[in-house]
Amino acid sequence: MTRVFLDHQSATPLLPEVFEEMKPYFMEAYGNPSSLHQHGLRVRDAMKKARARVAAFINAESEEEIFFTSDGTESANLAIKGVAYANERRGKHLVVSAIEHPSVMNSVEFLEKQGWTCARAPVDPQGRLRPEAIAEAITPQTTLIAVHHVNHDIGTIEPIAQIGRIAAEKGVPFYVDCEASAGWLPIDVQAMGANLVSFSPHRFYGPKGVGVLYRNRKARIVSILHGGVQEGGRRAGTENVPAIVGGGLAAEIAARELPRRVARTALLQRRLWEGLKARIPYIRLNGPEPGPERISTNLNLSTEFIEGEGQLLSLDISGVAVASGSSCVSKSLKISHVLAAIGLDHALAQGNIIMTLGQDNTEQEMDYVVETFAKIVTKLRAMSPMWEEFESGVIDSVISPTGRGKSFTDHAASISGKPAH
Amino acid sequence: MSETYTLYNETVMDHFLNPRNMGDIKDADGVGEVGAAACGDIMKISLKIREGRIEDARFKTFGCGSAIASSSMATELIKGRTVQEAMGFTNQEVVTALGGLPPVKIHCSVLAEEALKAALEDYIKRHPEAAGKPDATIPA
Ligand code: FES
Repeated sequence: MTRVFLDHQSATPLLPEVFEEMKPYFMEAYGNPSSLHQHGLRVRDAMKKARARVAAFINAESEEEIFFTSDGTESANLAIKGVAYANERRGKHLVVSAIEHPSVMNSVEFLEKQGWTCARAPVDPQGRLRPEAIAEAITPQTTLIAVHHVNHDIGTIEPIAQIGRIAAEKGVPFYVDCEASAGWLPIDVQAMGANLVSFSPHRFYGPKGVGVLYRNRKARIVSILHGGVQEGGRRAGTENVPAIVGGGLAAEIAARELPRRVARTALLQRRLWEGLKARIPYIRLNGPEPGPERISTNLNLSTEFIEGEGQLLSLDISGVAVASGSSCVSKSLKISHVLAAIGLDHALAQGNIIMTLGQDNTEQEMDYVVETFAKIVTKLRAMSPMWEEFESGVIDSVISPTGRGKSFTDHAASISGKPAH
Repeated sequence: MSETYTLYNETVMDHFLNPRNMGDIKDADGVGEVGAAACGDIMKISLKIREGRIEDARFKTFGCGSAIASSSMATELIKGRTVQEAMGFTNQEVVTALGGLPPVKIHCSVLAEEALKAALEDYIKRHPEAAGKPDATIPA
């Protein structure tokens, strides 16, 4: 059976050379880096090398600015809560974009319950943040600005360097979540004007179980995990040595391979989107068109009159692995907050599918996905009362309005007695 | 990967991939369309009723895999029942027949119960004589 993996946002396969590099650190060099004997010192050395590789990968001034955590979520929690708590006496105000990843959003909500306030700067329908929106939200009490480099759902690239300049002018620490961009866009912490940056190597062919937090001296931070004095006292707990070693090499390779990976995925991204657009009526791309404002690996699609989970399940049965931001897919039964923030119509958010490309995808795979998806859409539309009601003029299309019929949202509200969302 | 793993059990996947009774009924005797407040999905059930008995039932669903499977199963279960019997239909029957649904997906089976009841109400509205004592049997 043909198998096409189009969920590289969630995971990537480990590179064989990375796996080789990690192997000795399971059974042979099993020491704890905190130990003072040979076993400990050996792995301490390996961690130092990984730290240097990661520092080079993001153009950090010193390896002392690199902290290893368990994953991107922990790094985000440490960046947000660590800076907020460290600066509690200075102020309890944070500024974030409205479409940050849940690891940022939920950390912020956690702080709000403890008396912090937070401004969520709105984005335009493409998910683009205006740097001025950040400037306007800053108050004398603001102790942190958090904006992601690239949005995890819709692939929008944010104007980080401009926001970095604003943050520097106002003297507010600036945290950039690079979870969705690391390995796929160059990251230069100095050019970004970032004081904190987080990412995880499993997004670029490294192992799971390790996250990185970069932090320079301009951002004060306190630990949120308490115990030993690992990671300069900023992150207690025994280090995941094999993953750290693997993550270091994956970063080094990613820096080298980046132009090739980007060129490759950009080509496939266009081929896939052009193919889908030509083959399927009433489909749209959420976020910017492929090009300089969108990461080369992401396609976020809304196919009208059908729901996303059914699309995902049908694709999976046909060998194509994708993700979805539909409310039926989420455990909370809410559509993705990103789709809500860009003002996407509920009907379109329900029909959402996210395809994320990797370096091993091929042109043939893209063509297979187009054909397979077109068949699935036809089948699901035949099952959908919305498609029938659209064809008979009861409801109208959001993507290509015909001018007849009412909106899906009004229709849904009239039959369920409650508005959608 | 040679094995296939599924999000739902085999019965649910079967009803999702090969839905029974999908479609509409021409000149249906009762049609019910309802929406799920929880996730915003929509289900429609059409009934053909002869001499107080459900002769045919068809569905159309805009919703997740569980919702499609629930409507497929509900229409299977309901065929052959009298209108009175069908009024007592519950989503639990669907869940049991499907061999269980994940907790977060129970509301999808409720949608099937509601769509069926809406279709029966529509039928009774159109044929008040058919329902003996309609006021006593139609839930508000
Ligand atoms: S119909 Fe939305 S979760 Fe089942």
